[in-house]
Amino acid sequence: MKPLVLEKEQAGHWLKGLCNNFDIFAPLPTDKGYSDWQKWDGGDLFDVAKGVPKSSIKTFFFPQPEVLFQFNARASAPDAFRLREPKCQDKPRILFGVRPCDARSVVLNSMPYEEDPYFQKRIQETFIVGFLCREGCSTCFCKWTGGSPTGTEGMDVAAIDLGQVLYVEILSDKGKRLVGNGFFRSPTKDEETEAKDFVEKAKGQALDQDVASILRSKGLMHLYDAPFWNSVSEPCINCGTCTFLCPTCYCFDIQDETLRGKGRRIRYWDSCMFPLFTQHASGHNPRGDKLKRVRNRFMHKLKYFPDRFGPISCVGCGRCVRDCPVNIDIRQVLRSLLEI
Amino acid sequence: MNERITQEIQSIAASMLESGQVAAFLGYSQGTLPGTMQPFVARDVEDAKKFSWNSFCVINLANYLPALLRSLEPPRRRGEPPPEGPLPKVGVLATGCWSRNMVVQIQENQIERQRAVIVGISSRGMVSRRKLEAAVGYREITHIEEQDNSLLVRGDGFEETINRWDVVRDNCQTCVHPDPVIYDKLIGSLSGDRKIPDRFRQVEEIEALSVDDRWQWFQNEISSCIRCYACRNACPLCYCPTCFVDDSRPQWVGKSIDPVDTALFHILRAYHCAGRCTDCGSCESVCPMGIRMRLFTKKLQKDVLELYGFEPGLDPDAPLPLSTYKMDDPEEFILTHIKKGDKK
Repeated sequence: MKPLVLEKEQAGHWLKGLCNNFDIFAPLPTDKGYSDWQKWDGGDLFDVAKGVPKSSIKTFFFPQPEVLFQFNARASAPDAFRLREPKCQDKPRILFGVRPCDARSVVLNSMPYEEDPYFQKRIQETFIVGFLCREGCSTCFCKWTGGSPTGTEGMDVAAIDLGQVLYVEILSDKGKRLVGNGFFRSPTKDEETEAKDFVEKAKGQALDQDVASILRSKGLMHLYDAPFWNSVSEPCINCGTCTFLCPTCYCFDIQDETLRGKGRRIRYWDSCMFPLFTQHASGHNPRGDKLKRVRNRFMHKLKYFPDRFGPISCVGCGRCVRDCPVNIDIRQVLRSLLEI
Repeated sequence: MNERITQEIQSIAASMLESGQVAAFLGYSQGTLPGTMQPFVARDVEDAKKFSWNSFCVINLANYLPALLRSLEPPRRRGEPPPEGPLPKVGVLATGCWSRNMVVQIQENQIERQRAVIVGISSRGMVSRRKLEAAVGYREITHIEEQDNSLLVRGDGFEETINRWDVVRDNCQTCVHPDPVIYDKLIGSLSGDRKIPDRFRQVEEIEALSVDDRWQWFQNEISSCIRCYACRNACPLCYCPTCFVDDSRPQWVGKSIDPVDTALFHILRAYHCAGRCTDCGSCESVCPMGIRMRLFTKKLQKDVLELYGFEPGLDPDAPLPLSTYKMDDPEEFILTHIKKGDKK
């Protein structure tokens, strides 16, 4: 489809028109100083800093928690413990202002979740309006990981911010459903040149190496037995900040919750940084110390995942770099793994 | 000033490691981002060159001490007594609050005093990265140059000089004990206790709210919690082999981010710290979501001070108020007392 243009001052009207059929989320400022995904209240949409918001968009596909089913937990009830599909009243959603790294994370997470009906249903019902990046933060490294500041993987609509207007490309049938009303026009020649210029000049630190294929070619045990894991993991406090903020960490645990006769089975976020993650009922823990846990997190992203699926399971958003309490920097780990 | 302290740390650590006085030395090395430091363990003289010191050493090093000491002991089975003779020692940096947490660790039998060679540094207060970011309007900071009383902060298209004290963490601004309480060696000089007339002002403001408003405030404060447990794990008081949130039989707390579960976690975490917390601010500094959970423990610190006249970590020989019983302990706050009409 041909690209279109939307005047920024019309963007609010366009989205308001979609509010009847969609819940709209955008990275909006919080009272804590950072921007984060919130339901759009009709206010200013463009007061957003460069780089990514605090949380990733994985929560829209992999909610914390996902209710897998519900049941009546009273043993005497006629329908005791009969499983019921969870009631889901969520409208389809538009995520407005998704950065290329986050959009790409959905594609990567879809690989292990290919046959997961819950995840796939949420993908069906979520419409991603991406915003390409002119420049990133010092912690952005999407190009290292196979992405790009102007990449459109995973997006239904890709927008380029040209100041007064958004230059919009429609990338999927879902995207067509959003853009089908009268707020858009064809771009002028100048706007086309500007958009081209934007993409050409978009900055991003590059590594000039095909990281995924290099890592795939290395012996698994060679990386596993690397000498640096102790010094990498030594400062780690084993919190879940990296895994919970990470757009491509998708591990979970499952538990039944019952309250006053009502039961539900939930799938909730788990973290390989927690000792409980691998604790066996026998008491044995195969990843009982933090070196093993830290190593597993990086090996999963940078070796096991590419061995199984191709790309590395990291999109270079830099959230873990920015918010790790002890500054464990995945870029350094990646470099060490490439060098060894 | 930081350069001088850095050099002294490096040379003290190097000489302790070289002489064999300690097997490891615990301090800080430079992080990869401006305003971040990484806890760092040196095991040989060469490593000691990596030590660094500035206003961003926000994680309490006492947190690492018990595990580091254990890692230096010869391996043994659970329940087996430690071998005869002295065990390897660890050198460690300690400001006022960190040293007070080491005192608590000694009182609670988590570390042995003689195995920690404590190098004291009187704290000038550590800087809050969050306050610094706010001071430059949340623009990305790419460079920080620290002077004695100011920070030169640079980013894309801006350069600003920020008064250091303005961006020092809340807990440090209200700290009255900046000097190390116990130490074997001192870097610089002691600065003496500080007088802060309104050190509990933040807590008093919340106490002044109605019950409903206070609950609202609490719920709002924790609403962004992602249950990553960074606050718990950065805390030197949290050393239970299994935390109550990880217990499964019985399970005390739900696993998702249901507001009830999140509230329960934060309330219980804070209460576990009552009478032990030194307001080191580690929890708040590491929170990725900017939750001010330090105010919960600060309230309990205030209560313990008012009820028992006790401040944690000042004296290794002082009994701990919440694990000691005295006939004249205050009990007006006990519910059955209030019901009986004993309330004065």
